[in-house]
Amino acid sequence: MFPLLTVNKLSMDFGGIRAIDKFNMRINAGEIVALIGPNGAGKTTFFNCLTGIYQPTDGELLWTLPNRSSRTLNGLKPHRITEQGLARTFQNIRLFRSMTVLENVMIGRHCRTATTILGAVLRPPSVTREEKETIEISFALLERVGLADVAHERADNLPYGAQRRLEIARALATEPLLLLLDEPAAGMNPQEGQELEALIRSINNDQIAVLLIEHDMQLVMRLADHIFVLEYGRLIAEGAPEKIRNDPAVIRAYLGEEGIHHA
Amino acid sequence: MITRHDLRHAGLTGLWFMFLTFPLVVIKINPIEHTVHWRWSNMVWIGVVSFLASLTIRLVQGRRRTGENEKQQSLLQTSVRQFDLLRRPAFFRAALITSSVLLISFPLFFSSYQVNILTTALMYVVLGLGLNIVVGMAGLLDLGYVAFYAVGAYTYALLHLHFNLGFWMVLPIGGLLGALFGLLLGFPVLRLRGDYLAIVTLAFGQIVRLILENWSEFSKGPSGIANIARPGLFGLTLSPEATITYLYYLMIGLVGLTVFVVNRLQNSRIGRAWQALREDEIACQAMGIDKTKIKLSAFALGATWAGMAGVFFAAKTTFVNPASFTFIESAIILCIVVLGGMGSIAGVMVGALILILLPEYLRAVADYRMLAFGAILVVMMIVRPQGLIAPKRRTYTLPSTHNPVNSSDVPASDR
Repeated sequence: MFPLLTVNKLSMDFGGIRAIDKFNMRINAGEIVALIGPNGAGKTTFFNCLTGIYQPTDGELLWTLPNRSSRTLNGLKPHRITEQGLARTFQNIRLFRSMTVLENVMIGRHCRTATTILGAVLRPPSVTREEKETIEISFALLERVGLADVAHERADNLPYGAQRRLEIARALATEPLLLLLDEPAAGMNPQEGQELEALIRSINNDQIAVLLIEHDMQLVMRLADHIFVLEYGRLIAEGAPEKIRNDPAVIRAYLGEEGIHHA
Repeated sequence: MITRHDLRHAGLTGLWFMFLTFPLVVIKINPIEHTVHWRWSNMVWIGVVSFLASLTIRLVQGRRRTGENEKQQSLLQTSVRQFDLLRRPAFFRAALITSSVLLISFPLFFSSYQVNILTTALMYVVLGLGLNIVVGMAGLLDLGYVAFYAVGAYTYALLHLHFNLGFWMVLPIGGLLGALFGLLLGFPVLRLRGDYLAIVTLAFGQIVRLILENWSEFSKGPSGIANIARPGLFGLTLSPEATITYLYYLMIGLVGLTVFVVNRLQNSRIGRAWQALREDEIACQAMGIDKTKIKLSAFALGATWAGMAGVFFAAKTTFVNPASFTFIESAIILCIVVLGGMGSIAGVMVGALILILLPEYLRAVADYRMLAFGAILVVMMIVRPQGLIAPKRRTYTLPSTHNPVNSSDVPASDR
């Protein structure tokens, strides 16, 4: 176990508003970590800082590869960060809607393939091979998330839960070391939720670390090795699920002042 | 059923069109005799025709709305399904072979006038396919595409004038310069999208034309450059008719090359990245696609074809001047792409043939060409927003024997 991602005093300001305030976090390789907190606590903002969509105002994002070489993620463009091995899904699903399910996953292979414009036109054997490999890997990923039989449907024709799973398959196609899931269980029924839990476990079994934003506390408590709790951009608690469950600050954040007396 | 509401709406539409077209179709000024000629009968015609058209559209739409109370999506798909015949590989291949045979044998049966017109139409096929990369695949609305066409044409005109370079030498240079100007436009607009992008590209097209018009030392200004050599054929001197036929076959070759390259690009890692950019810019970046690179490559590759078509244009007409590269040309090429079907190669080809050939054969109403363009586009947006031939989503087969999906012979919409 080594620290895959170290976040040091990360802050993010929007004008005069501080959305994230000196946030510290560590994710070890192969761990499942959950990030929870009330709405507007800054969880998705944190994801956006991590994936290069926002440039953090202050603080450092340190990324360590399996060979123990470290580098900072600050200032990298989003596609470079994906290349480093961070892949994400979106809270409000962002699929390539008019493309097929399979094509969505194939696009995830973009940063692990190398075909150039000239190569695409001339199609030498290396390109044909790469294309074949892309299709094989994408199909395998679709089978894994249970979408292989709708591979040629338009992505926006899929039901909601399937679209969420497709987003996960697409993110896995980029071969991540850390998978960021932004409310993957939102809008899912209990059956779909269980399937999702099994899927996240199986992804984790492949030594892919998972960082999860989720409001379904049961799911979080069952899955996570470690939980971070954000409120108004500040870290108010962190630790193992049992510790978080009984933490007064967390209960106050979620239930308000009276919640303490009833709990 | 026609309700009173329908009639009133159609009546208002008729009045509105009469008002809109009034200056164009009613007033005719005779500048020599200083008289104004009022053609009121035209106005009546416009009123009647737009009234009937509006009524028909309302009825058709009303029936659709009551008939199937389904989502917009399924409505779209039923209309796509009507064109499914084109998606069957056997039919597609047969159509492809028939049309290529027809195209190749065309000069044998028709006069050189007809051949010349068809050559022009094919030139617009190349232009349409080039713009299709930018607008149809990458989703970047480019209203200044004609600038690259002008760059190609002037490349040949100037290189021929000053250095006496031949057509074959300049053709690749024109393509490269087109690409270079594509990058030149691409850099400043990297952060723009939608309307803002459209405005800047529009301005770019105007800037290029104005430079050509006003920098007389460089481009000889509005009078243009004449006596440009036609393409050579191993030093042979060809008769005027033979030259037209020769140009026609050259154009067929260029169209073939364009279709080949664009098709391969579309079904590749690069083409998929363009489409991802069109669908969702943020998700596209999150999937590891370099937005800058992929945008610039779309601009450059789109402009390459305009550059080559420009060289061809200069060689065909043997004369270029800035008047050939006005905004209306950009608009026509964009119409071709939108009318044919954004992102669809076959669609763009059909669109080009319709939009270029129809006006040639409808000379009688040539004055109202612009009116017709506008009307066609508006009607298309209402009736078939995906274009005449909607782009086909490619299906892939799993190369190994283990195959969860049947085969690529079965399009997704058939299952």
